[in-house]
Amino acid sequence: MMTVRAKSTPARFAGMTGSAALIAAIVVAAAAALPSVLSNYQVGLATEVLIFGILAMSIDILGGFAGRTSLGHGAIFGVSTYVVVYATAQAGLPPAAAFALGVLAATLIAAIFALLAVRTSGVYFLLLTLALGMIVWGICLRWTQVTGGENGIRGDVRPALLATHSAFYWAVLAGAAMVAYAMWRFVRSPFGLTLRGIRDSESRMRSLGYNVPLHLFIGFTVSGFFAGVAGALYAMFNNFVSPSTVALAQSVEGVLMMIAGGVGTLFGAFVGAAAIIALENVVSAYTERWQTVLGITFILIMIFAPEGIIGKLRAIPTRKVR
Amino acid sequence: MDRRRFLKTTTAALTAAGVGAAPWRRALAQAGPIKIGLLAPLTGVVASGGKEMVEGVQFYLDQVKNEMGGRKVELVIEDDASNPDTALQKARRLVEQGNCHMLIGNLLANTGLAVANYVKGTATPYFIPIIAADDLTQRQRIKNVIRVAGYSASAFTHPLGDWALKQGYKKIATVSQDYTFGHEQCGGLAQVFTEGGGEVVQQFWHPLNTADFSPYLGQLADLKVDAIFTMETGADATRFIQQYAAFGLKAKTPLLAAMNGTDQSVIRTLGEECEGIISPAHFAEGSDNPVTQKFVRDYEAKYGKIPSLYGFSMYSGMMWIDAALKKMGGKVEDREAFIDTVLKTELDGSPLGKSVKLDAYGNPIYDVYIRKVVKRADGKFWNVPTTSYPSVSQFWKYDPVSYMKQPPYSRTFQGIKKA
Repeated sequence: MMTVRAKSTPARFAGMTGSAALIAAIVVAAAAALPSVLSNYQVGLATEVLIFGILAMSIDILGGFAGRTSLGHGAIFGVSTYVVVYATAQAGLPPAAAFALGVLAATLIAAIFALLAVRTSGVYFLLLTLALGMIVWGICLRWTQVTGGENGIRGDVRPALLATHSAFYWAVLAGAAMVAYAMWRFVRSPFGLTLRGIRDSESRMRSLGYNVPLHLFIGFTVSGFFAGVAGALYAMFNNFVSPSTVALAQSVEGVLMMIAGGVGTLFGAFVGAAAIIALENVVSAYTERWQTVLGITFILIMIFAPEGIIGKLRAIPTRKVR
Repeated sequence: MDRRRFLKTTTAALTAAGVGAAPWRRALAQAGPIKIGLLAPLTGVVASGGKEMVEGVQFYLDQVKNEMGGRKVELVIEDDASNPDTALQKARRLVEQGNCHMLIGNLLANTGLAVANYVKGTATPYFIPIIAADDLTQRQRIKNVIRVAGYSASAFTHPLGDWALKQGYKKIATVSQDYTFGHEQCGGLAQVFTEGGGEVVQQFWHPLNTADFSPYLGQLADLKVDAIFTMETGADATRFIQQYAAFGLKAKTPLLAAMNGTDQSVIRTLGEECEGIISPAHFAEGSDNPVTQKFVRDYEAKYGKIPSLYGFSMYSGMMWIDAALKKMGGKVEDREAFIDTVLKTELDGSPLGKSVKLDAYGNPIYDVYIRKVVKRADGKFWNVPTTSYPSVSQFWKYDPVSYMKQPPYSRTFQGIKKA
């Protein structure tokens, strides 16, 4: 588990109050029941929502809690996808081993990114992660012998056990629930609190004796680990990978999902992912200008709900109390 | 910050998303129209080609009054956004939600390969009149993926290599976009040309969307070769041809191009600088074959431009599917019989003006023209056939089995025979 420090309050169930645990259980149960009411295609979309939700959550660890928005997470995500597809399709490894390798590769890449990026903040952090992501994209595009260049690589990555839409959805849901819980524990741990401290005042944290770069390094690497989990699941979802999976657009999409859901809300990531993926699919059925519609929607969100969907919803009851 | 509250809101939002999704479900239609899912890049880098693909399909459907094999046709168009992930998602949507009987289309090889890998699992018939990736009808052939009215990338450059030898060219150089489509076309030429005693002096690979070709043109000018082969698509092709002429190379060294380099989609916007370029293809819009001429005239009357490869291929692809459907009374639901019928169908009456059949791997066998860009009476440029290679297989004159034992053409393997 990622939370290395002692549990904060012992009287709770797995760190959650009773009712929170209940609600979490209900959400997961409701999500698990979805395949019985949705068509196969929609189950596929729901799977995608979960996968991109994990990616957006991992970005939120940095963006929402450490105050550093990364434009390189699509690349970290995609490295994992590449490694998983390559390991199963080309190297013939079993899916579980490939999955582990993919996540490991993503974590390593994240560690390298972190080494280079943690000393910067604000727009410099944005630009540096963007540049690192572009390097990964360039390598995937040009290293044809391994990555298949533009064409990418294909194969039957998904284990036969999870071949049906529903089975795979449930597997991803189980994974997403575990990963989401782990991330939630992570940001609420004393270590997570230091990240928030760094976000609010880096100089104060430093003067309090915290090793700020080290904390950011660990935060970035952990975040990369989770992005890697999402990437590995994506490999099994698509059975295919090409440079567009590591491209800047992927990173941007992850960041937009985080923002649409609500920066710093963590679970908002799933709502943002659901909103964007649903929008893409519904609108594109009616017009080829769906990207314009998407763009306008983002502008509207920024104007009317800059705190994101979940952020906005959370703010409503508070306002009533006043 | 109250965790309970946001968990509640999360639940609410997820439920809302679920409910919102429910009306998308559609009832399964029984024996209604034939549903064809068309995937075309309507946005993204190759959007202009994608629009011509849609035109080609609609042009055909208009002519047959929207009826194929005795049944109405329902065409569902989806934008693949020139992106394989999107293409895959849209293919899923067309098959799983739209219940399409077949898919057709895609332009970029990576989008086609992604969709092909998907339909391998669903067994949905998938037709690829544009996707040229060699291996889809060679080493990684999928039975339900059929290249009706399309071509495999190296199929036309094999005869071009032979033609170049017959011109007495001893040394050539190639310059190409650095991706699989380029590797395959250059490989086809390089293998036949070097096995016949020619020499490929140097090969240049440049990234897609190269704005300035002068570094390559400068080196090409110094090589003193007999001819230069170029493999460019879209805007790169336009720029290369313009700069080739501007560099003064046009007057010195003959330029050979891949068919996409002198396709109407490229030379439509060019002037004198494209005149005289040689390219190999199955389709030549300037052919004097009356059937071809009629197609070109009708298309021009309707869309105000000479048809490109995209319009022609999609039109002919639809015609091919229609011919198969007619044979089997429109029973598209029987997928295996449908695929077998398509594979056995010989296409007559296509704009090529001669009958075409598929080989055992689902790739058409064409007469390949060596075409030359010439000026039409009205000042527009088009490709006119000069020589013809009858019944060219995608394996050229090689034995298919041993051919497929050699690696696929790539930047590192060009089939070049060591002297």
